[in-house]
Amino acid sequence: MPLLEISGLTHRFAGLCAVSDFNFIIDPHELVGIIGPNGAGKTTVFNLITGVYKATAGSIKLAGRDLVGQTPHTITRSGIARTFQNIRLFRELSVLDNVRIAHYGRMAYTPVEALLHIGRFRAEEKRITDLTLDLLSMFKLDDMANEKAKNLPYGLQRRLEIARALATGPKLLLLDEPAAGMNPNEIIQLMEFIGWIRQTFSVTIILIEHQMRLVMGICERLVVLDFGATIAAGLCAEIQNNPKVMEAYLGVEVAQ
Amino acid sequence: MVYIFQQALNALQLGSIYALIALGYTMVYGILTMINFAHGDLFMIGAFFCFLIAVYLHLSFVPTLLLSMLGVAFLGVIIERLAYKPLRNAPRVSAIITALGVGLFLENFTLALSPYPQHIPPLLENTTWTLGTLSISSLQILVIVLSLVLMLLLDFIVQRTKAGMAMRAISWDKTIVPLMGVPVNKIISLTFAIGTGLGGSAGMMYGLAYPVIDPYMGIMVGWKAFISAVIGGIGNIRGAMIGGFILGAVEIMVAAFFPSTYRDFVAFTLLLILLIVRPYGILGKPQPQKV
Repeated sequence: MPLLEISGLTHRFAGLCAVSDFNFIIDPHELVGIIGPNGAGKTTVFNLITGVYKATAGSIKLAGRDLVGQTPHTITRSGIARTFQNIRLFRELSVLDNVRIAHYGRMAYTPVEALLHIGRFRAEEKRITDLTLDLLSMFKLDDMANEKAKNLPYGLQRRLEIARALATGPKLLLLDEPAAGMNPNEIIQLMEFIGWIRQTFSVTIILIEHQMRLVMGICERLVVLDFGATIAAGLCAEIQNNPKVMEAYLGVEVAQ
Repeated sequence: MVYIFQQALNALQLGSIYALIALGYTMVYGILTMINFAHGDLFMIGAFFCFLIAVYLHLSFVPTLLLSMLGVAFLGVIIERLAYKPLRNAPRVSAIITALGVGLFLENFTLALSPYPQHIPPLLENTTWTLGTLSISSLQILVIVLSLVLMLLLDFIVQRTKAGMAMRAISWDKTIVPLMGVPVNKIISLTFAIGTGLGGSAGMMYGLAYPVIDPYMGIMVGWKAFISAVIGGIGNIRGAMIGGFILGAVEIMVAAFFPSTYRDFVAFTLLLILLIVRPYGILGKPQPQKV
C-alpha cells in the first residue's frame, strides 16, 4: 500500500486556483521532489496535506486513512511532519523546548498528576527531556540546548527545525525548501544530511526545492507544478529533458 | 515605622488582588493578543458566586473558594467558545468590542438578579492581632498567602508542564503549534479557565476583605488590574504579578500621605507616564518594527 495517496486535490483561494487536480502517490521510504516556479502551488500542497488549509475537492490518504477535514494536530499525530520555507521556530523559547513541544502528543500525564507532583509527571517529563537531548545530540545541537532558538546561526536553525519535525515521530517528512539561503558547499552537505535522516529515522520524504542540483542529486522521482497544475512527473532524467518543464522555467522561446 | 509597616501590609493585600486579576488579562493577551475587557466583570461574578454558595449552600471557606473558582472558570471557557472563538480571525477590534459587550451583559444580568448590594457572610473567624499600634488581621494574611500560592502554582504550570509549554509556544507562533501535535483550542480553553478562575478567586477574596458586593464592583478594579498588567508588560506573567503589587503599593501610599480622593488620579497618571517612557511595560520587550 502506498504511504500517501493524493487524488484530484484542488484548492481555490477566492477565485484563484492554487492547486488543481493534483494526483500523487508515494511509497514508504521513497524520496520524491516537487519542483516548479514561484507561486506554482508547491507550499499549498504541503498546507493541504498538513491540514493548515482545507481542500476544496479531492482526497489525501495516509496509509489508507483520509486526512481531509481532520485538524492539523490529529494529522501531525498520525505521522506527518514538516518544516517551513521561512524558518518558523519558537524564537524566544530554548532549543530544548522547541523540540520538547513536538513530543506533546506523547506526554502521558494528567493535569492533576502535574499539580500534585505525583504519578507519571516526573518520569514523563524526564523521559521526554532525555529523548529530546538524545535527538539534539544526534543533530549536534545538544551543547546549545538552553540557548534561545533565535540566537542560533541560520544553518543551525534549519537543522533545529528538522529535528523538531522528527520529534513528532513522523512516517512522512515534508521539507519545504531546506536549501533556501545556502551556498553550493552547504547544499552538498545538506544532500548528505537528508540521506542520513532518511536512513536513520526511516522516513519517507517529500521535498520542495528550487535548487536543481539538490533535487536532481537526491530525489528518485519528481513532480513539476506550474500555476497549480501538474505539468510533468517522472524520473529525474525524464524531467530534465521535458520541453514543458523547460518552458515553465525559462519561457517559450528558450525552450524552442 | 510601625505606620509604614502597616501600610506595606495593606499594600500587599490590595496588590495581590490586583495581581491575581492582572494575570487573567495578561494570559489571554499572551495567547490571543486580545484584551478580555469582560475580565473585571468575571471578577465580580466570582464574588457573587462566593455569596451564593456561602448563603445558600452554607459551605465553609475552602469548598466555597474552589466552587466559585470552578464556576468562574467554566463561565470563562463558555464565553470564549461562544463570543470570542468565532472572531479569532476577525480584526482585533471586533473581539475587543465583543469583550466590552460581554462585560456589560454580565453586569446587567447580575443587576437584574440582584438589584441591591449584597453582604458576603464572614466565612472565617477573623482574628486581629495587635502589636502596639500595628494591627494584623488573619484575613489579611490569608489573602496575601493564598494569592502567593496561586501565583506560584500558575508559574509552575506555565514553566514546567506540557500545557504551559504549549501556552508559551502559542504566544510566539499560533499557526504552527498544531503542527507539533498540540490541540490549540484545548490550550486556549485551558488558558481562559485558569485566567478567569484566578480572577474569580480574587473576587472572592475581595468580597471577604471588603464585604459589600455589587454588580459594578468589577469595573474599577478591572481597570486597575488591566493597568497592572500593562505596567508589568502585557503578555508577561511575572510582569503582571509585579505590576499588581506596584499599583497596590502606589495606591496605598497615596491614600496614606494625600487625601484618598487622589488615589485613582495617581494610578491613571502612573499608567500614562509609563506608557510614554516604557510603552512595553517593565518586563515586556520592545517589538522592533521591520520596514
